[in-house]
Amino acid sequence: MIPTPYRVRSRRPDRADTVTLTLEPVEGACPPFLPGQFTMIYAPGVGEIPISISGHARSGGYLQTIRAVGAVSRALCGVRVGDVVGVRGPYGTHWDLAATAGMDVVVAAGGLGLAPLRPVIRELAAHGARYGRISLIAGTRTPATLLYPRELARWARDFDVLVTVDHPDRAWKGPVGLITKLVDRIVFDPARTCAFVCGPEIMMRATAERLMGRGVPAHRIAVSLERNMKCGIGLCGHCQLGPLFACADGPVLGYDRVAALMEVKQL
Amino acid sequence: MDPVVLDSLDPLIGRLRARGYAVVGPTVRDGVIRFAELGSAADLPRGWSDEQEPGRYRLRQGDDLVFGFAASPDSAKRYTQPPRSSLFRWRDGVAEETPVEAPRVALLGVRACDLAAIAVQDRVFLGGRHPDEAYRARREALFLVAVNCAVPSGTCFCASMGTGPRATTGFDLALTELAEPHLFLAEAGSERGGELLAELPHRPAGPADLEAADEVSRTAAARMGRHVDLDGVKERLVEQRESPVWNEIASRCLTCTNCTMVCPTCFCTTVEDATDLAGGGAERVERWDSCFTLGFTELGGAPVRGSGAARYRQWLTHKFSTWVDQFGTYGCIGCGRCITWCPAGIDITEELERLR
Amino acid sequence: MKKLAVWKFASCDGCQLTLLDCEDELLRVAARVEIAYFLEASSSRDPGPFDLSLVEGSITTPEDAERIRHVRRVSKHLVTIGACATAGGVQALRDLSDVKEFLSVVYARPDYISTLERSTPISAHVPVDFELRGCPIDKRQLLEVIGAFLAGRRPVVPAHSVCVECKARGNTCVLVAHGTPCLGPVTQAGCGALCPAFNRGCFGCFGPMETPNAAALKPRPDQKVLQLYGSRSWGQRDA
Repeated sequence: MIPTPYRVRSRRPDRADTVTLTLEPVEGACPPFLPGQFTMIYAPGVGEIPISISGHARSGGYLQTIRAVGAVSRALCGVRVGDVVGVRGPYGTHWDLAATAGMDVVVAAGGLGLAPLRPVIRELAAHGARYGRISLIAGTRTPATLLYPRELARWARDFDVLVTVDHPDRAWKGPVGLITKLVDRIVFDPARTCAFVCGPEIMMRATAERLMGRGVPAHRIAVSLERNMKCGIGLCGHCQLGPLFACADGPVLGYDRVAALMEVKQL
Repeated sequence: MDPVVLDSLDPLIGRLRARGYAVVGPTVRDGVIRFAELGSAADLPRGWSDEQEPGRYRLRQGDDLVFGFAASPDSAKRYTQPPRSSLFRWRDGVAEETPVEAPRVALLGVRACDLAAIAVQDRVFLGGRHPDEAYRARREALFLVAVNCAVPSGTCFCASMGTGPRATTGFDLALTELAEPHLFLAEAGSERGGELLAELPHRPAGPADLEAADEVSRTAAARMGRHVDLDGVKERLVEQRESPVWNEIASRCLTCTNCTMVCPTCFCTTVEDATDLAGGGAERVERWDSCFTLGFTELGGAPVRGSGAARYRQWLTHKFSTWVDQFGTYGCIGCGRCITWCPAGIDITEELERLR
Repeated sequence: MKKLAVWKFASCDGCQLTLLDCEDELLRVAARVEIAYFLEASSSRDPGPFDLSLVEGSITTPEDAERIRHVRRVSKHLVTIGACATAGGVQALRDLSDVKEFLSVVYARPDYISTLERSTPISAHVPVDFELRGCPIDKRQLLEVIGAFLAGRRPVVPAHSVCVECKARGNTCVLVAHGTPCLGPVTQAGCGALCPAFNRGCFGCFGPMETPNAAALKPRPDQKVLQLYGSRSWGQRDA
């Protein structure tokens, strides 16, 4: 439960309220991560929150994308280069890319959900030949809140990338509306498709249901749960969802295991 | 070592103290039997008994027994998992782990249900991929002297949970109080328990003593104030997630957290971060938390479980259903504390019946 | 150095006194912040602006209603301290009766008295950044709030019931064990369960907890208490 000191190597504002931090170990480092895992990041004296890992730093650290919503995330977004924060982890389950070899892959992201999927997408972009047809669909509130726009453009050269917004601006020429509409527009063979879905709970449910509607079995749709977490290792009880602790059994779980649980209000 | 008979507990208390243990056991305080440090056997509540029912606890004069009462609001949890503990201090980018306080404590008078609760906590804190080393240290510093229940209370139901009234495992020593003549049958449950027992003045237990002790437990088992039917309960609670009963319970529930605070297996905690006013230092403290608070599930400014119904459902369903999925046992050990110490007198055994 | 101000409105001064009671910690506060305006402790009258204003008392006169707007204007953060500033205080009892009648009964020359009909919390007049409960406030919580505002974090001031603190402290439940009426299960924590620690029932100094279900208390409180705590629990919404 003791955080390891990490220094803020760089701080890149992604959007008005979102930054990506490059964190590198001051001395001893935490173990390497698997795509989809998270760390508990400690803003000294303020608090600690789970943040998914959005990439490797060349120096052996982590890239972590944080949106300022509460006191801790505000403090973390407000750090300066050179500041030291605490890191525990990486914790939790991961997106199982190994089981995806040779299959079509659908990556669906809602809002900040693109951050934990970024390591998956980079792997797909780097080793596209290992997989079947690859599609990335993403939804965001406005064009201005879209994460990683430059990388999205780069990925679009390697596979299908479709982005929809809730509220377009004048310059927006892409799709408008729910991400479920994009599910209908991409090409995959449902019988041999794996999907990785991350975003607000309502977005994940709608996307998973739509994918199932097109014939993708629930167990090949992975979603990532977000809950209040204090310990990150299954000891504090906060993140419970039915028989699961989101931190230890998740955050990445097969939709077959969580569909019924997500249906129950306030579970 | 075979069971023996003791005619006084003072040598036991003296030996434990000589081994460096603070001996903690039941005493009368504030009109309740509470755990406190014992100087001698004279501090034990001889002659006292309790009346427990939903939302009510009263002491009364009972038979001339040293342990003629049931579970007190205190359990071993306060010693295995204290209400507050510092985790680390942070200064100038360096985390300094707070040394774990693990005092040597001999708990004298824990019951079979309490031992079952410790076993449940062991699974929670030590059975996973990330064992809680602070818990382990405190746990290993405990010496457990169990007392087999003679007089269960109106809210006890360990017999139906299969956790009591007789302690069968998880203790260093187990005592059964025999009324006529006033003696204690003592059994060792561990090597160090056996060693200690050998040092005490004793005589070997005969068949009559063993039979008398068996009779104490048989009588106690027949006098349970409450009962639960575990048949199908795990599946039933999942099926009943949308039952209107939850809302009805919520109309009576104070969401005050008392049930979870007195529960010997409820393990949930939260952390508090504090900054030192004088400078840049910070401290992180872990403290008892409860699934009945709104902050427990707060996410992005709003609680996941906003309604009292959802919070009660979480608690009861966890105890009798999802706990089994997670840890392979029930989260309830039948001590009845949540029933007695609920200010609104909500009775989980009754609610389980209504959720049929 | 950041500047702190302490303001008094209709109140007994007990909450300001809590700051003076901090003694050793007060020196540490003074090392971090300039206590620039605090008439109970010093006669200096810094005109501001202030980084943090602590406001005690309720608004009961037309002048107060004006002055609190000034306080808000010169304060980056405004935190109310205590039951008067947060809920109107004991003096809000007059809200249930006719003030003019009180004036004529109490004062020989009621025409000298300038007062509003109601005693209202600060939040009824200006935006408030944080409300610290209590009558009086708790010293630890006050230091926590000051420290939190200095550090730019959210104060750790839980809104759950007194029972959480009561059980952590190891108190015996006076309600269950003695039958003593106790508002602890419906009252916000913060006092450290002080009264139950001395075998007395809680009488609600810190106001209603996050989801008070006063109707479920046994013995059931009288109608006034139920009204004050909200007669229906917020905890009864559908699961």
